[in-house]
Amino acid sequence: MPERAPLERIADFAEVNLGYSDQDALAEAERCLQCRDPKCSEGCPVGVDIKSFIARILEGDAAGSIEVIKERGPLPAVCGRVCPQEEQCEASCVLARTGEPVAIGRLERYVADHDLAGALEHRCRPAADEPTGRRVAVIGSGPAGLACAGELACRGHEVTVFESLHVPGGVLVYGIPEFRLPKEIVASEIEMLHQIGVKIVTDAVIGSIHTVQELLDEEGFDAAFIGIGAGLPVFLGIPGENLNGVYSSNEFLTRVNLMRAHEFPKSDTPVWRGRKVAVLGGGNVAMDAARTALRLGAEEAFLIYRRTEDEMPARREELRHARAEGVDFRMLCAPSEIVGRDGFVTGIVVTRMELGEPDSSGRRAPVCVVGSEFEIECDTVIVAIGTRPNATLGKAAPAVGLDRRGYVVTDDDGATDLPGVYAGGDIVTGSATVILAMGAGKRAARSIDGWLASRG
Amino acid sequence: MFQVIAARQLSDAVFEMTVDAPAVARKAAAGQFFILRADEHGERVPFTFSDWSADEGWIRFVFMRVGVTTHKLSHMAAGDSLADLAGPLGNATVVGGLGRVAVVGGGVGAAVAYPVARAMCAAGDRVTVILGARTAGLLILREEFEALPLEGLVIVTDDGSEGVKGLVTHPLKEMCEQRAVDHVMAIGPAIMMKFCAATTREYGVPTTVSLNPIMVDGTGMCGACRVTVGGQTKFGCVDGPDFDGHLVDFEELMSRQRVYVDDERSADAEYSRGCSCRV
Repeated sequence: MPERAPLERIADFAEVNLGYSDQDALAEAERCLQCRDPKCSEGCPVGVDIKSFIARILEGDAAGSIEVIKERGPLPAVCGRVCPQEEQCEASCVLARTGEPVAIGRLERYVADHDLAGALEHRCRPAADEPTGRRVAVIGSGPAGLACAGELACRGHEVTVFESLHVPGGVLVYGIPEFRLPKEIVASEIEMLHQIGVKIVTDAVIGSIHTVQELLDEEGFDAAFIGIGAGLPVFLGIPGENLNGVYSSNEFLTRVNLMRAHEFPKSDTPVWRGRKVAVLGGGNVAMDAARTALRLGAEEAFLIYRRTEDEMPARREELRHARAEGVDFRMLCAPSEIVGRDGFVTGIVVTRMELGEPDSSGRRAPVCVVGSEFEIECDTVIVAIGTRPNATLGKAAPAVGLDRRGYVVTDDDGATDLPGVYAGGDIVTGSATVILAMGAGKRAARSIDGWLASRG
Repeated sequence: MFQVIAARQLSDAVFEMTVDAPAVARKAAAGQFFILRADEHGERVPFTFSDWSADEGWIRFVFMRVGVTTHKLSHMAAGDSLADLAGPLGNATVVGGLGRVAVVGGGVGAAVAYPVARAMCAAGDRVTVILGARTAGLLILREEFEALPLEGLVIVTDDGSEGVKGLVTHPLKEMCEQRAVDHVMAIGPAIMMKFCAATTREYGVPTTVSLNPIMVDGTGMCGACRVTVGGQTKFGCVDGPDFDGHLVDFEELMSRQRVYVDDERSADAEYSRGCSCRV
């Protein structure tokens, strides 16, 4: 897929990947073997009929193609951009065995963008069943909540989504940067949910204004879905972590993505613009933070990671983009202390690591090299080592059953131990992908639908 | 949008605003805060409630004009609207069973101290309020405090223009020495809370402080508000805002509050250039 040149793209926040032209899309679609027994759909967490949507592209019927995707896939313009297709549908493509699989994600994006480019009244609108008169509350408007809300609305239920921030979208708006997922795209996808009757209330912190139980008992909802995510940032617990210039990736990315701090002072929210930025971690969020730092004007942005690039959980495409933009990788380094002067960061002390025997995750465990500590100069440190369950959960649903790590326990269909209360996404699984959260939201919606029907 | 019902100027740079927010007002409790955005470009800024009415559906807060957001708010009048308002956030102040309490309110913190003192009185605590300000003109909500069933109300000004001349720690120390206080609640600038905690520490009087670190989301998702309490990192928004004053690292808190001070100054200068008022 065409993408903007690294030096050009790090000067702004516009999208890096440019998407297929009609010719590109057709050429890629022609590579599809249209297998009699396609495996690609089995690799899709929501089971999109990939063979059919590609067939429609070959027929020149982009409008028909998006209809096929939307039968199963919520928010295709989002999924086409941020799904790890290389581990899912594309990994299952028969062409992957011998060479390059069909670029299913890019084709999905092409079809979805084609739909979004049209006027709202001409856009693909999922068919909705007759109103059932049942009301469902969805807590959180991230991928899980939006997917759940869309599915429930299609089944005729009246859905209200409660979002604690001032913009709906959850991690799609506060977490994933504009240059990977333009906020306009998210807003357009959400607009279609409004069109099919989903009501979204922003500035509504469940746990503050109502508990989940109050929504059911006092506010007239028949069921509730908890999709509040795993948004509590984890810190390392090393000395110096509260110095000025140390951010959680959540804070750093939220200041830019949600609060538009890169437009300061047009936007009122500031962000500390470091010259030398150390990002701790090796996942997609770490890549996002480092690439954002470069766009804010950092001279250097580097990743500090305990293992090697092979063990990094980030998508290969994100690694490639980060490297091309000049992000430096300092591998086999474990931070032990952040040092500073007058309250501000001046450097980070790291210890050299070696890879030892595989650990419980199957990855080779890093082992300290004794006496190898050294200091790296930096004025900003961004901690991107993961998240835990959202802190509002305890007040929102104090009675819901949790596992020992604090995540909500559900059955395979998303039902919690409280009647009428369902959950899905990162608040159940821990930090995962957008599409897995969407899949969980949809599954829960189907089981909520069944539960409402069973109650007559 | 959240409509402003009333706005008034309490002193030179201090303002009070009352906003229509029924869902928030219904659940508000003393010591809790909310987050607002003044307009579509606005920063998310936390303010602690100074009052609310669950029945009438409004919340009230007091602020000092110090940056762009508070500058914008200072120009708003009844009928104007805030872009966003979310809450109530944080934990309510623990009231009741405290015995003889000294509630210290310094500067704008007096506005936060008011509902706290009121809730303590209602819960049966015996409350003495120590109100502090730099000078008489900056004392706020005195009449409101006078209407509460307090054991005593001590006014302290730095310049002696009203009440006792000196700092709030002077009457606080006297109360501690006379063993006239079982619990202290200090609300105000970090430096004042630091010295209140230092004063009570030597007498072993339990002291709660209400912290006001920088926040973004206010629900535990960013960690901007982290404070060190007893050697452990806590989040002001979800673990606080009240903490044991004897355990708080105030130096770190004050350092972290200053992180954007240059940005705030330049942004306010920029905003003031296009603003009709001259502050």
